[in-house]
Amino acid sequence: MTTAAFLCLFVLAVAGYLWNRQAASAIRANGTRLHSLEGFHGFYALLTVLVPALVLILLWQVLQGPVIDALLKGGISERLDGLGTGEVQLIVAEIKSISRGAVFGTPEQWKFDAAERYVTLNMRSDTLLLVVVLVLSLALVVFSRRKVAAEFRARHGVERIVSGLMIFCSVVAIFATVGIIASLMFETGKFFAKVPVTEFLFGTNWEPQIPLREDQVAAEGAFGWLPVMLGTLVITVIALLVAVPVGLMTAIYLNEFAPKKFRAVAKPFLEILAGVPTVVYGFFAILVVAPAMRNFAAAIGVDVSPNIALAAGSVMGIMLIPFISSFADDALSAVPQSLRDGALGLGATRAEMMLNVLFPAAIPGIVGGVLLAVSRAIGETMIVVMAAGLIAKMTINPLDSVTTVTVQIVTLLIGDTSFDNPKTLAAFALGMMLFIVTLVINVFALRIVRKYREAYD
Amino acid sequence: MTDLSAQDAPFAGSSGSALVRRRNRKQVIVQGLGLAAISFAALMLFILIASLVSTGYKAFTQTHITVEVFVDPDEVSVEKLPRGGFREVLLASLQKEFPEVTERAELRSLQNIFSNGAQFALRDMVAADHSLVGQTVTLTVPVSDPFDQLAKDLVKRETPEAQRRVNDREIGWFDALDAAGKISQPVNWGLITNADSRFPELAGLKGALVGSFWALLVCFLISFPLGIGAAIYLEEFAPKNRWSDLIEVNINNLAAVPSVVFGLLALAVFIGWFGMPRSAPIVGGMTLALMTMPTIIIATRAALKAVPPSIREAALGVGASKHQVVFGHVLPLAMPGILTGTIIGLAQALGETAPLLLIGMNAFITSAPSSPFDSATALPTQIFIWADSPERGFVSRTSAAILVLLTFLITMNAVAIYLRSKFERKW
Repeated sequence: MTTAAFLCLFVLAVAGYLWNRQAASAIRANGTRLHSLEGFHGFYALLTVLVPALVLILLWQVLQGPVIDALLKGGISERLDGLGTGEVQLIVAEIKSISRGAVFGTPEQWKFDAAERYVTLNMRSDTLLLVVVLVLSLALVVFSRRKVAAEFRARHGVERIVSGLMIFCSVVAIFATVGIIASLMFETGKFFAKVPVTEFLFGTNWEPQIPLREDQVAAEGAFGWLPVMLGTLVITVIALLVAVPVGLMTAIYLNEFAPKKFRAVAKPFLEILAGVPTVVYGFFAILVVAPAMRNFAAAIGVDVSPNIALAAGSVMGIMLIPFISSFADDALSAVPQSLRDGALGLGATRAEMMLNVLFPAAIPGIVGGVLLAVSRAIGETMIVVMAAGLIAKMTINPLDSVTTVTVQIVTLLIGDTSFDNPKTLAAFALGMMLFIVTLVINVFALRIVRKYREAYD
Repeated sequence: MTDLSAQDAPFAGSSGSALVRRRNRKQVIVQGLGLAAISFAALMLFILIASLVSTGYKAFTQTHITVEVFVDPDEVSVEKLPRGGFREVLLASLQKEFPEVTERAELRSLQNIFSNGAQFALRDMVAADHSLVGQTVTLTVPVSDPFDQLAKDLVKRETPEAQRRVNDREIGWFDALDAAGKISQPVNWGLITNADSRFPELAGLKGALVGSFWALLVCFLISFPLGIGAAIYLEEFAPKNRWSDLIEVNINNLAAVPSVVFGLLALAVFIGWFGMPRSAPIVGGMTLALMTMPTIIIATRAALKAVPPSIREAALGVGASKHQVVFGHVLPLAMPGILTGTIIGLAQALGETAPLLLIGMNAFITSAPSSPFDSATALPTQIFIWADSPERGFVSRTSAAILVLLTFLITMNAVAIYLRSKFERKW
């Protein structure tokens, strides 16, 4: 049905385009000068029909589900009285599956009736949509056709609509940010209604396993994020200890010492390293790096945890090498040639010129790049989900198993999405903290990078 | 190395003083460290690829067994189809080879040579052609995972029997079958044509490939127009005021938000508030679109900026309006750059995993989705699922899936590079 609505809409819009265009040509054929070209008259009709009708269809699609659900529940309200939200959801799901023809067991007759009602409601909604779209677009076709006249400024109209559409496109980016902040704040607010803020921020115990049923014996559940954050920091520091020296040395060599041919080979290969999806690095960590580290530790007689933090951290470091090297390379290239020439002219070797002149001059840009890498490392998910541990400990031992903010978000949310228990909501609180921390680092880093660029330009 | 240091040491011949030697040594050390750093990165990439290829290539073939199956009318009757004793019929065909096996427990382990999917393959064959009942059919089906591993030498015969997944007796059967020429190892098309399965020998990527296709299509349909529209507005039309600054800062920050946060957004807004289906590629595509949009916007703005002002001035000079200049002249000239940026953005989206996990695209689904609203997995989440599976057979399948994913990524990037070199103009 929706496809039919779309089809009608497009046919009418194209018809409107042709009609208006033809009308405008007729005026022109009479020898009257048009303000706008015929094509603009056509496009005016096309856009006036398409934009409102598409908005209508989209809104309808979004609102149809909830409205029909409400009507369905209203029809059987006496059966649903006194039931919890979970049970109501179950019944609604059962009715919907009956309406699709999938019947399990022997449901009561009223459920069949409700399923029938559900089908009818859906069909009515679809028919209504088709009719409304048809009427609306016909009206708009006629409306735009009546606008066609020699002095009608169709081009201005078209351009206004197009500008409006483009402004809408750029505002979507804002919507995305607002959506992120709103959803995180909303769910985090619900979380803090159940768990005190102070416990979350300053608690040193993270045990989100809460009982699912009343009679279940389980830990009480503790939500102090400090051990989780500490684990994130441990992994981030390990990653940076690998990535910063290797990345910087790579950039220094490529920028100053590498022969041109070598550079031409090395750059794309670093890009390959940067383009490998993180899930691949995660698999690499559990397939190769972690076993190798365990075997090595066993060979020298050190006791390590199976989910050794060093493995996840160092693989993350490998992932960050191209990131840091490309930032450092850009920062070094941005140092003016005059500084290089001056240093060499005074008799410095190229290494001295690099270490004593170029590198200090490029430090702000490099620091910005490293900060961005820190925020990447904190927010990186797949490597740690696959290779790091699940249990939060207050430890900074890189041979132990640690957990991170992103690991906790993913494990808390996989499989379970009732939005009313503190376990799922805790993930949103962690997400909020993650968002804030990375945002602050990013803003700070971007500012450093930009400020530094302006200094030499 | 040696010729480099000689060329870079200006005082090498003139004086052998200690200071000069020290300075030259420092130069050599810095270069050596740089080369060491690059070699380290190269070595890591090599180990990564080598480990994936060495474990993954074995999943591109699959051990099959060929048996002559007599479709016994006593076990399989036309009336009861598609039900019937296909397991028993299959077992009987193997029993012919090993008449000495009679004990129940041993018969069961003999049966286990067949993959669990064998009976269904036979069932589908007979259900499609009823005349096969009472006839003898030649059937080539996958063997189960332990025997596949045995054939690929992943289960070592030297290991003590207690630590092996197949015992000596089963190895004996297998070797006998092999000697009789009934074991073959053809290319494993099932890896592409099957959907996911609990049994490694039957598991394939079809569901994940189709799911990724739908998600990427949705992602492209949303992020491409939105990204281009936003970029054109910001680059060509937006007045320089606080609003456009805000939008710009916003887009730059959006590009750096951790991907898992987008997953939280999708979970709370698309699934929680709008009530969209879980695990559906449409939700995945919308989430990926939000992440891809900043990439496309940034690439489009760069491409628009690269079009020289003279083009704009010429068009304005002959009386075109601002819109006509942009849509008629600047945008077409910027298109190669825009397309390159879009393909690279889509390649990133194809490899993105974390947000898809949060919206439930890591479900166990045994059929390919037929529309973007069905439950599905995507390539990276399928890799994650297989990497988590305990069965040994999934290790090589995971590597193979990664190789498939990397092939797609490399192809997309190659297309982008080709487009750039072919169509991009230097002004």
